[in-house]
Amino acid sequence: MQHLLEVKDLHTSFFTPNGEVKAVGGVSFNLDKGKVLGIVGESGSGKSVTAYSILQILTPPGRIVSGSVKLSGRELIGLSEDEMRKVRGNKISIIFQDPMTSLNPVFTIGNQLIEAIVLHTDRNHQQAKARAIEMLQLVGINEPEKRIHQYAYELSGGMRQRVMIAMALVCEPDILIADEPTTALDVTIQAQILELMMKLQKTLGMAIIMITHDLGVIANMCDEAIVMYAGRVCERGTAPEIFYNPRHEYTRGLLRSIPSIDSDNKDRLIPIAGTPVDLLNLPAGCPFAPRCERAMKVCLSEFPSEYWVAKDHIASCWVNVLENVGTPLVAVNGQDAAQSSATEAEETKQ
Amino acid sequence: MSEQRAFQPDPQYLVQVRGLKEYFPISTGFAQVTMLKAVDDVSFDIKKGETLGLVGESGCGKTTVGRTMLHLYKPTAGEIWFGGKKVEKGPVMNEFRKKAQLVFQDPYSSLNPRMTVGDIVAEPIDVHKLCANKKERSERIQELLSMVGLSSEQATRYAHEFSGGQRQRIGIARALASKPEFIVCDEPVSALDVSIQAQVLNMLEDLQHKLGLSYLFIAHDLSVVKHISDRIAVMYLGHMVELASSLELHHHPLHPYTISLLSAIPVPDPDKAKKQKRIVLNGDIPSPLHAPSGCSFHTRCSRCTEICKQVTPEFKEVAPQHFAACHHI
Repeated sequence: MQHLLEVKDLHTSFFTPNGEVKAVGGVSFNLDKGKVLGIVGESGSGKSVTAYSILQILTPPGRIVSGSVKLSGRELIGLSEDEMRKVRGNKISIIFQDPMTSLNPVFTIGNQLIEAIVLHTDRNHQQAKARAIEMLQLVGINEPEKRIHQYAYELSGGMRQRVMIAMALVCEPDILIADEPTTALDVTIQAQILELMMKLQKTLGMAIIMITHDLGVIANMCDEAIVMYAGRVCERGTAPEIFYNPRHEYTRGLLRSIPSIDSDNKDRLIPIAGTPVDLLNLPAGCPFAPRCERAMKVCLSEFPSEYWVAKDHIASCWVNVLENVGTPLVAVNGQDAAQSSATEAEETKQ
Repeated sequence: MSEQRAFQPDPQYLVQVRGLKEYFPISTGFAQVTMLKAVDDVSFDIKKGETLGLVGESGCGKTTVGRTMLHLYKPTAGEIWFGGKKVEKGPVMNEFRKKAQLVFQDPYSSLNPRMTVGDIVAEPIDVHKLCANKKERSERIQELLSMVGLSSEQATRYAHEFSGGQRQRIGIARALASKPEFIVCDEPVSALDVSIQAQVLNMLEDLQHKLGLSYLFIAHDLSVVKHISDRIAVMYLGHMVELASSLELHHHPLHPYTISLLSAIPVPDPDKAKKQKRIVLNGDIPSPLHAPSGCSFHTRCSRCTEICKQVTPEFKEVAPQHFAACHHI
C-alpha cells in the first residue's frame, strides 16, 4: 500500500559559523490518509525542523543534506521552487505556534485569506471572498462578513489561531502540519482549538502532523506518535503502544517525569538526570546515552538502528537488543515481515 | 472577610492577604483614563512551610497578585500581614524585603547578562549588607550554589553559558540568598523542557523541607500545581473564584470555571483521554478593561442566570476549608 507521505532517512543540518548543527539526523516515518501523527520532543529535538524540511521552508544556513520525502509516491526533494510552491498550501499546509507573528499586521484577515485562495485556485476575487467567509464560518468565527475587514491585532489569540487554520485549509490540503498550534494559548482556548481541529479532520478527511511537546495533546489527538530526541527518532508507533509499552529509555523517563493530574500521591517526581545535549557536539553513540540510567558501553559508541519491537512499534534502543526484543528494521521487507516480527516480539514478551 | 479595620493576625499563618486590589490606569483616549482592575479584592492566607498554588489563564491577575504581595507594585488597596506584622513603610518593610523573595518565570531575561553568576546570586547579600567581608561573601555564594546543585567554579561564569534549567537554578539561588521565609514562584517551570521541569520541582520541594519555606506557586499547568501545592486557589479576571486543598479541588471542584479548567487538561493517557468528558468553554476570556458586570465568569458559564449578570457573588466558605464565589453552589 502506498503511503500518503513517506519520509526516509531525512538529514537536515544548519551550517553555522561554529560548525554543523545536525538538527535532524535520519528521520523516517510514514503517514497515511486521514491519520493524525504526533511528533513529540523537547526544544531542540528537531521536530519543527523535520516539518520545515518536508515543506522545504528552511531558512539558511539550514539545508536538507540527504533523504527522501515522497508525497503520494512523488519525490519532493529536488523539486524546483516553482513546483514546490504548488505543493505548499495546496497539498501540505502548515500552521505555526504563534498566530500573531504569522499573520501580517498591515493587511486585513480577508486580504490574506483571499490572497491565498486567488494564488492557489482559479477563483476570481468575488468567489474567493465568498470562500474566505465560508472558511471562517467553518472554523467557528462568528460574523465572518465583519471579521474579514479586521486586522490581526483586533482578534484574540484563539481567534487568530482559528484564522490561521482557516487559511491553511482553504485549498483543502491532504496534509496539515500543526507546529505547536496551542502552546501559546490558554488551557480552555487550547481545548477549543484541539476540538476544532479534530472536527475539521473528520469532516475534511485530511491527515494531520501534530508537533508538540505536550504528551497530553498527543494522547488526546493522535493515532500514531513519534518521539524525538536530539534530531533522532527514539521510537515511533501507535499512540497506545508509545504510552503503554514504551521501548526507549527516553520515552520511559519522559512519561515518569510528568506529574499526573489523576494520581493523589505526592511522591517525588522521577526526573531525567542531566541536561539536554549540545547539538554541535553530538555524542558518537545514542544521543540520550549520557543521561540514560541503563546506558551500556555500546550505547556510547554506536547509534542503535531501528528495531520492530511489536506490531506497529519501532524503537532504537540497545536495551531492546540486549533483552532480545524485536527484529531489525533493515532486514524487514514489507508488511509480512513486520507481522512476523510482531509475533516474535509477542513471544519474547511471554 | 470584610473586617478590614479590625483585622487580627492569626499566628498560625505566615502570610495573610486581605482585600488586595491592584488597579492600573490605562489611557483609553484623549484625556481618558480607565482603571484596569488586574486584581480585585483578593484575600488568602499561607501557613509556614505550606505551598499555595495559584492558577488561572493569562490575564487573570495571578502574576500581579504575586508582585503586589511583595510590594513590587504599590497595592491600590488591601493589607499584607507577614509574621503577625502589617507590611508598611519603615523597618517592617525592610525586614519583609529580606524575608520575601521572588523567582521569575523567564530564566533568560531575569538574569543580568553582564554579571557573573556569583555576583547575581550575591546581589541580595550586597543590597542588604548580610556579609561582613569578602571571604564570608564568597563562602555564602558557594553554599548557595551547592544548595541548588551547581558547582562553585560556576560562580565566575556568565548566565549565557548555562542552559534554561541551570539558569532557573541560579534564579532560585538568588532568591535564597537573603535567607527568606517566603518565596513567590512565578511560573518557575513553564519555560523549561518537560525533562528538566521535574528536576526543578524536586529541588523546590527539597529546599522547602530543608529551610522551612512557604511558597506561593503561580502556574497555569494544573498538573504541576496539583503536584506541588497543599492548597490551590483559582483566579479568573482578577477575582479569586475557588480555594481549597489540592485534593479537594481536584475531586470536588465546585465553581463551574474550575470544573471546565480541570476537564480541559489533556491527560497523557490515550485510553483515559477517550473516556474523558471535556467541557469546552465557549468564547474568549473577556478583556479585564471591560470586565462583565456581576459574576465576571457569567459570559462563558453554562449555569448563568439573571442574578449572575447583576450581582457579584461573595467569596465564601461553602464546605470546611473550601471557598468559592458562585451564586449556584
